[in-house]
Amino acid sequence: MNFDPRFSGRKFTSVGTRPIRPDGIDKVTGRARYGADFNMAGQLVGRILRSPHAHARIVKIDTSKAEKLAGVKAVITAADLPDLTDGDAAMYDVLDNCMARTKALYDGHAVAAVAAVDARTARQALKLIEVEYELLPHVTDVDEAAKHTAPLINDTIFTEGLEEKPVKPSNVTKRSQFGHGDVHQGFGHADFIVERSFKTEQTHQGYIEPHACVANFSSDGTADLWVCTQGHFVYRQHCAQLLGMEASKLRVTSSEIGGGFGGKTHVWAEPVALALSRKAGRPVKLVMTRDEVFRASGPTSATSIDVKIGARKDGTITAAEATLRYSCGPYAGSWAEIGAMTAFACYKLDNVKTVGYEVLVNRPKTAAYRAPSAPMAAFAVESAVDELAKKIGMDPVDFRIRNAAQEGTRSSYGPVYGPIGIGPTLEAVKSHPHMKAPLGKNQGRGMACGFWFNFGGQTCTDLNIGMDGSVSLAVGTVDVGGSRASLSLVAAEELGIDYAQVKAIVADTSSLGYNDMTDGSRGTFSSSMATISAARNAIKILRERAAQMWDIAVDDVVWEKGHAIAKGEKHGNLGKLSLKEIAVESGKTGGPIAGHSELVADGAGVSFATHICDIEVDPETGATRVLRYTVVQDAGKAVHPTYVEGQYQGGAAQGIGWALNEEYIYGKDGRLQNPGFLDYRIPVCSDLPMIDTQILEIPNPNHPYGVRGVGETSIVPPLAAIANAVSNAAGVRMTHIPMSPPRILAAIEAVREWSK
Amino acid sequence: MAGVAVSTTINGDTVEFLCQADETLLDVLRDRLGLTGAKEGCGTGDCGACSVILDDRLVCSCLVLGAETEGRRVETIEGMAHGDRLHPLQQKFLEHAALQCGICTPGFLIAAKDLLAKNPDPTEEEIRFGLAGNLCRCTGYDKIVRAVQDAAIVMKGA
Ligand code: FES
Ligand code: FES
Repeated sequence: MNFDPRFSGRKFTSVGTRPIRPDGIDKVTGRARYGADFNMAGQLVGRILRSPHAHARIVKIDTSKAEKLAGVKAVITAADLPDLTDGDAAMYDVLDNCMARTKALYDGHAVAAVAAVDARTARQALKLIEVEYELLPHVTDVDEAAKHTAPLINDTIFTEGLEEKPVKPSNVTKRSQFGHGDVHQGFGHADFIVERSFKTEQTHQGYIEPHACVANFSSDGTADLWVCTQGHFVYRQHCAQLLGMEASKLRVTSSEIGGGFGGKTHVWAEPVALALSRKAGRPVKLVMTRDEVFRASGPTSATSIDVKIGARKDGTITAAEATLRYSCGPYAGSWAEIGAMTAFACYKLDNVKTVGYEVLVNRPKTAAYRAPSAPMAAFAVESAVDELAKKIGMDPVDFRIRNAAQEGTRSSYGPVYGPIGIGPTLEAVKSHPHMKAPLGKNQGRGMACGFWFNFGGQTCTDLNIGMDGSVSLAVGTVDVGGSRASLSLVAAEELGIDYAQVKAIVADTSSLGYNDMTDGSRGTFSSSMATISAARNAIKILRERAAQMWDIAVDDVVWEKGHAIAKGEKHGNLGKLSLKEIAVESGKTGGPIAGHSELVADGAGVSFATHICDIEVDPETGATRVLRYTVVQDAGKAVHPTYVEGQYQGGAAQGIGWALNEEYIYGKDGRLQNPGFLDYRIPVCSDLPMIDTQILEIPNPNHPYGVRGVGETSIVPPLAAIANAVSNAAGVRMTHIPMSPPRILAAIEAVREWSK
Repeated sequence: MAGVAVSTTINGDTVEFLCQADETLLDVLRDRLGLTGAKEGCGTGDCGACSVILDDRLVCSCLVLGAETEGRRVETIEGMAHGDRLHPLQQKFLEHAALQCGICTPGFLIAAKDLLAKNPDPTEEEIRFGLAGNLCRCTGYDKIVRAVQDAAIVMKGA
């Protein structure tokens, strides 16, 4: 569906307003039901036994004692989840991650599970399961794991993407490359070159709601799953495949979801809960503890990135190159590949080359985390860009404006850009009052840019008009942060009725056609497109019914502002019929009125943001304080501006935590040392200032209202923006994230030492 | 294991329940009494999602035993609105979109209510430190702080 230019000139009546969300009251009164808030009669408590070892062969599992404990109704191991993946390597990895088959591959890897009458019995039963392990050497560091001498995690892996197939297996599963031009020649034309290596540590999405589900397997072979997920249709496919069911026999209902950020796009415990329920013949509720969430779900990649950028004296970048190594956990992934695609996406470059390496480590399977892979690449690139601007003697904003990609630029990852927002966000930052505000002692200001692709995907939506003229909108994209409000606004806009007349819900997998999950910032983008199309289909029927009621030709009926209007002089005295008036008569004019839409929402417009950040660094302790933060981002068209701001602020806050505090810390024994919110510290209210936002609207040509996804890009610039601010405050270039006080202090002391 | 019989007051109503000696108040509320408004984000006192007020004191209900509530008063999110009249904090959270996923919201509302009861006119910094025991991963806290500021103004006027 293309952008309809009539809308750019048009004054929106609903879109762009800020009403209260339809699911709001339930959420402020405690009535909303999240993953763990649902119960069934006769339900058992499920629990999972996890490997305490980073890498070990499972020699034997003896479950007999646990089975004999009174109150235990089922005990399962990998044998109860047989391999039905039929050569699908990615699904085999999902299966193995849900329940280890021959080896435990990380601290926290599931090896067995129980269902018992209560939590206490289930916990006791876990203690009675005897697992004999044969310990294997492990590796948790991305650079160590990439070496030839590293312990092998999977000896069937031979690096893909090399010119010749390697003779020996390794932990590097894939090499990928992007770019164009000739970087060697480009660097030859450079007057200044910056070359640096960077590292970022592994972080977790940190959603406050742990994974939770209730599985109910019936003896007729059908099953129900209640679960907190970003994509219940995808969970259905995956669970059905792993359990050997037809997808239609498994009905998945998505609960309210307490945060996901990518972490709830993968199945973890759900197939286990279903297998337990199948074996026990009773419903099973399985809720992860916070410890399990950290040890066995989520995290993003740890990375090691080398960047080289060259520019002429006039500030034109002549060549840019990056090598990116991303950890994937113990299973193959494409995380470095995405990093390599995004690294230089903000810039117009004649010569650019990026190479990504996917690296296996004995850590949990890497999962998507908000614009996955982009923040780390942006940290490395935007730090080097800042340094290069300094070397040339140019203002960092002007330097970026000079090199910013534009409409028609061939992006570093291949496609040619349409209308994009990188230039406008930079111009907005340049004239933003934040850039001119005075700074005090030990304070510094930094800025950085970020890019994310956005995704469209398969979408199916139903719009039903009740006989009272109210509209129910059933969507299949899970609402992670207010999309029911946005989609109701879109339906109201298109139909020309009041927002209050529309009620949006997220339908279960048996009530609606397939929908991709809420990822890639696609929720509002794709479902609004499907909602517009469904509404237009409904309007067609509304016009037909009005024509019937008036007994005139349907071509003489137009739809305006929520009313059917008879067009042409001969119908001069027919007046108009409201949506409600037509709906009331629908029983007599042909039955219910509805609009459906099934589409692939192509053309999610790429998204850019530029952030500004002021930091104070205590030179004695290395402690930092974020003083002021501003986000400028292109939304295409902000459907519900308050929730757009919320996405900008939330992403920035997560980026701030990543930049300054958050990291997975592994001991020499390969065990995670901080699997809790006390030691894995995410930003709290007193750590942050207000986060200012500025929404730009550069219409996406592929959406009828110009909408772009807004959910992810905001986490891309903060790492670099903060590193650049620290550099300006303390005179040190930070190359290792998080910039915790000891790391900053060490960097300051190294400079002091050096300048003595 | 024998259960402990407990008689307590929850949101103004007398409530009697049996629980195991090592069962937390959070588990009692959620699993025995069907009050699932308090959430378990960590179970270790680090996230505040389980916040309730126990005899005028803000506590993490995951760190209190069910049996400890004998003869005491518990206030949960379910008791915050009066019928269909929302508490000003609830109303302001909605108006400011101070929630995205909303899993932290019950905890924040309870903590904010306790904060305003003790300090009806807090500065931004006092709000930020007063709510530092509650984690929110979605909002960056900006709209939460503004909602509390706005509610404080309304409540002073009331
Ligand atoms: S669940 Fe009680 S503080 Fe997190
Ligand atoms: S709104 Fe999601 S954690 Fe606060």
